[in-house]
Amino acid sequence: MKHSNKKEYARYLLERLYQEIDRPLTVMEVCGTHTVAIAKSGLRDLLPEKMRLLSGPGCPVCVTDDCDLDYVMALARQEGIILATFGDMMRVPGTASSLLQEKSRGAEVRVVYSPADALKLATENRESQVVFLGVGFETTTPVVAAALDQAVQMELKNFSVFSLHKLVPPIMRVLLDDPQVKIDAFLNPGHVCAILGTEPFQFIAKDYGKPCVVAGFETTDILEALLLIVRQYREQSPAVDIQYKRAVRPEGNPVAVGFIEKYFSPITARWRGIGEVPGSGLELREEFAQYDARKRFPITLEPGKSRKGCACGEVLKGIKLPYDCPLFGKSCTPAKPVGPCMVSTEGSCAAYFRYRRQKAGVDH
Amino acid sequence: MCLAIPAKIIKIDGFIAEVDIEGNIKEVNITLTPEAKVGDYLLLHAGYAIQILDEKSANEIFEAWDDVYEAF
Ligand code: SF4
Repeated sequence: MKHSNKKEYARYLLERLYQEIDRPLTVMEVCGTHTVAIAKSGLRDLLPEKMRLLSGPGCPVCVTDDCDLDYVMALARQEGIILATFGDMMRVPGTASSLLQEKSRGAEVRVVYSPADALKLATENRESQVVFLGVGFETTTPVVAAALDQAVQMELKNFSVFSLHKLVPPIMRVLLDDPQVKIDAFLNPGHVCAILGTEPFQFIAKDYGKPCVVAGFETTDILEALLLIVRQYREQSPAVDIQYKRAVRPEGNPVAVGFIEKYFSPITARWRGIGEVPGSGLELREEFAQYDARKRFPITLEPGKSRKGCACGEVLKGIKLPYDCPLFGKSCTPAKPVGPCMVSTEGSCAAYFRYRRQKAGVDH
Repeated sequence: MCLAIPAKIIKIDGFIAEVDIEGNIKEVNITLTPEAKVGDYLLLHAGYAIQILDEKSANEIFEAWDDVYEAF
């Protein structure tokens, strides 16, 4: 690199952006890690006025439907079940309570760092049924599939997965088709693309004529990606470009994709605030039904009522900014969240809330 | 939910690799990156390696672009 340090390089990239941007551009990221990185860096205040950065439905916790969560909580309340979950799901509200509340009322809910820990729980608690709550996009799903593979090999009879896994490309298509959503380009999620590669995103450039750049997570990565987007517009050559070359190859990780495909197949999934999207979720394949918690523990639930007043759906689609929600920072704060976007550390509302008073420099 | 701390492989035993993450030694599962070798850097997620990092091509793209855009 010609630039001696990152700060100087970031300044150079910003300068280039100011010089080269020749039309207004709204760029959306669809990755919770980008949401946090952008909020933390203070980039929004430093970018040229012509460039708007929106956060999309990139936080898997935030897009989890409250009625799906009701099912999970009903399951956790059952005798003999240990529900294992990633920590950030604990405080996410269903229509009536959260896993944290269920735990305080006596449900066996355990926070795990990895699905491998859930497997371990199953081998150590043979008399209980361990249900792993599978939440996450294509970055997480192969990891859960690899754990399932291990469970199959070990012939574990007391382990299953409740899949709320979701897919990124179908939701990007929903956004592109929504007349209320105005996006000129995407910052593609780095780690989802580390698995999927670029092929599943080609339709965005080909069918919609919009640039997509797979970006890393440092401020300079994001600036480089934005500059690539500006240049794609100038040259009128929309394409799927990779800025995050260190982790992302055009073919992705075919072994990981193979694991996803072996254990899961696409279904219609509900996205909080967005609704049902065909082919945007994953369920366990029929031949692995015994590892599918929904099939093993069928529950019929009265549909609960979603909370009123939370603008999460519009925030997730980039139609509203968190500040535009009347509850933001008033009745909804990270300490007392109303919607999931304020619960998860990667949620847009939480990121805006946490970093709103920081007018930070580029290099953080 | 994603963690992008590079982890260097010190030892491999079947599908478990011992890695060094900024001085901390941890065990990770490498089922999803079967071609990983000792000395490689891994991208980790929830206790599993999800990709082998390629340090070489990290800066490629902009070094090439820089020359093209010098004119602007
Ligand atoms: S501020 Fe709270 S209530 Fe408003 S959209 Fe965000 S999470 Fe929902």
